[in-house]
Amino acid sequence: MFVLFEHPRLRGGIHAEEHKSGTSGKPIASGLPLPKKLYIPVQQHVGKAAEPVVKVGDPVLKGQLLAHSQGTISAPVHAPSSGTILDVLDYPAPHPSALPIRTIVIETDGLDRWSELSVPDDPFALDPEEICLRVGAAGVVGLGGAVFPSAVKLGLGRKNKIHTLLINGGECEPFLTCDDRLMQERAGHIVAGIRLMLRGMDAPDALVGIEDNKPEAFGAMLKACLPFPHIRVEQVPTRYPMGWDRQMLRYLTGWEIPADGRATDIGVVIHNVATAYAVYRAVCLGQPLISRIVTVAGDTVGNAQNVEVLLGTLIAEVLAYCKVEPKRVARLIMGGPMMGDVLPRADVPVVKACGGILALSAEQLHEADVKPCIRCSSCVSACPAGLLPLEMASRIRANQLDAAVDLGLKDCISCGSCSYVCPSNIPLVHYFKYASGELYKRQQMEHKSAQTKRLVEDRNRRLEKIRLEAEAEAQRVAEARAARARQNAAGGQAQQAAVAGENA
Amino acid sequence: MVIFSAIVILTGLGLVLGLSLGIAGKYLKVESDPLVERVEALMPGSQCGQCRFPGCRPAAEALVAGSAPITLCPPGGAALVEQLAKLLGVAVDLSQTRDLEPLVARVSEDTCTGCTRCFKVCPTDAIVGAPKQIHAVVADACIGCEKCVNVCPTECLQMHPVEVTLRDWRWPKPLAAAA
Repeated sequence: MFVLFEHPRLRGGIHAEEHKSGTSGKPIASGLPLPKKLYIPVQQHVGKAAEPVVKVGDPVLKGQLLAHSQGTISAPVHAPSSGTILDVLDYPAPHPSALPIRTIVIETDGLDRWSELSVPDDPFALDPEEICLRVGAAGVVGLGGAVFPSAVKLGLGRKNKIHTLLINGGECEPFLTCDDRLMQERAGHIVAGIRLMLRGMDAPDALVGIEDNKPEAFGAMLKACLPFPHIRVEQVPTRYPMGWDRQMLRYLTGWEIPADGRATDIGVVIHNVATAYAVYRAVCLGQPLISRIVTVAGDTVGNAQNVEVLLGTLIAEVLAYCKVEPKRVARLIMGGPMMGDVLPRADVPVVKACGGILALSAEQLHEADVKPCIRCSSCVSACPAGLLPLEMASRIRANQLDAAVDLGLKDCISCGSCSYVCPSNIPLVHYFKYASGELYKRQQMEHKSAQTKRLVEDRNRRLEKIRLEAEAEAQRVAEARAARARQNAAGGQAQQAAVAGENA
Repeated sequence: MVIFSAIVILTGLGLVLGLSLGIAGKYLKVESDPLVERVEALMPGSQCGQCRFPGCRPAAEALVAGSAPITLCPPGGAALVEQLAKLLGVAVDLSQTRDLEPLVARVSEDTCTGCTRCFKVCPTDAIVGAPKQIHAVVADACIGCEKCVNVCPTECLQMHPVEVTLRDWRWPKPLAAAA
């Protein structure tokens, strides 16, 4: 009876087909052959792009810094293997637009030689500042998909008196099992990472949330956390989007993050399990973030599995390793099927944000035509943020973006639950993404308008100043001329007088 | 002596006339519609003339008089249209209109002679350069008024659409279902 009331009721969400069994039972493969060329974009994180510090032709070692971070919110990138810098060019990004991004190309030498790594004697005795510095220098970013620089988050945590670190092992997206496998195989390292994060933020307790469709991972984490009573491991029900940080926090603790606030406002910081593992590698082994575990799945994949991939490896090579039939692939997705990005081409590199590569056939997509909204309000029941997707979409269709914002557009997390349940196949999330982009564009337009106004005023002021100066100059010249004329006239009179005197 | 008296008279005349003009400006001020001022304040104020009016103020007057559509200002874009619609109480349906593709000027380095004519007419100082040196357009500051294009003697200034980069790429609007 009491079990019913132990946790707050979950709002919205969906039960999607999981498609996880094909990959969750197989060990992480690390046999991917070393690519001949690695393509490393200088921006794989939220914030400012990193600035390259290497030149074409430079030899680099594995783990060597390629581009250093710029400004407070940024992250560096490192060489995933040893070799030579072949080029620094604009190369298509792993993004739905496939527009170019500045990319460093390394020709690998096949030796995979590490650069010198700084490994501390006792990583758990390091100062919190030192831990943050090392995490930042290793280029660790949030690997759950948000790719926010982790060191910034740790620093924010230290400033804001954090009482709980929530580790997100939800992995609620269908198909993806990379966090699941990581927890099953490397739970001890994840726990070491969690302890380092706690120390880095001066926080006392940690809480790990794992969906109950991953019993092996839960068991492994439970075992690894046994010696550390301040790290609690909890199961959460399987219901997408359980991995949404606010949803998980609300379920496990009952705490709600204010709508326009951050988790730090209520003393919580949330990190992904894969990020904790990357922190362990960065601090205990001194290794920067140069590889990640990627789930390769979909019905066109012959050998669906989790693969440890060097960042910068082309997705096409990963697909070939997993025996994908390229002809059958109707859609390529980076990330999960709910929130992932469609990739228009396969010759783009794996980046820090890439937790999964899905190669789906037309049969698996079963796309259908968009039909008019029948106002069934399934989307309202499915929305985990408590919004009215159908109303928002109809406002956006009429380009009344302000009305959509009033309905809570900014609280939309683009989880895709509404689009998933819509019987009319309306691309609701697409509308919301379009509207958010359009709002941002308008904001920029207004900014440009203000800037134009300022430029015009500056120019007018300058022209006015030049005009006044020219007038003053003209007046000075005129006065000088007048004075000279007066002098001449006076001189002439004196001369005349003198002449007259002589004559007399 | 004659020139001295001329200076005194002209200076005196100037002072008296200036003073009377100043007084007249203060006391005989023509009250303008405050709405026109508010509309004008919203507009970019670069007097670029893309609306086919001689400047932003005449355009604002036409807007208030209702003789011009509120979609007249290309540099202001959709953001300005919404603000104008709110201020003037006009209903606007933007669902059918698309933003005009923004254009910016670009200098072709091969034909620029460094004549400086273009940056003298640029209302936002978006063109930089020096005499006999190749000029360049600061795309962020360009408002696409084409004044420079009209004065360029070698036609080296051309309008180009703004290049989309990864940073400002946005999702397009989804196609609506046929009702």
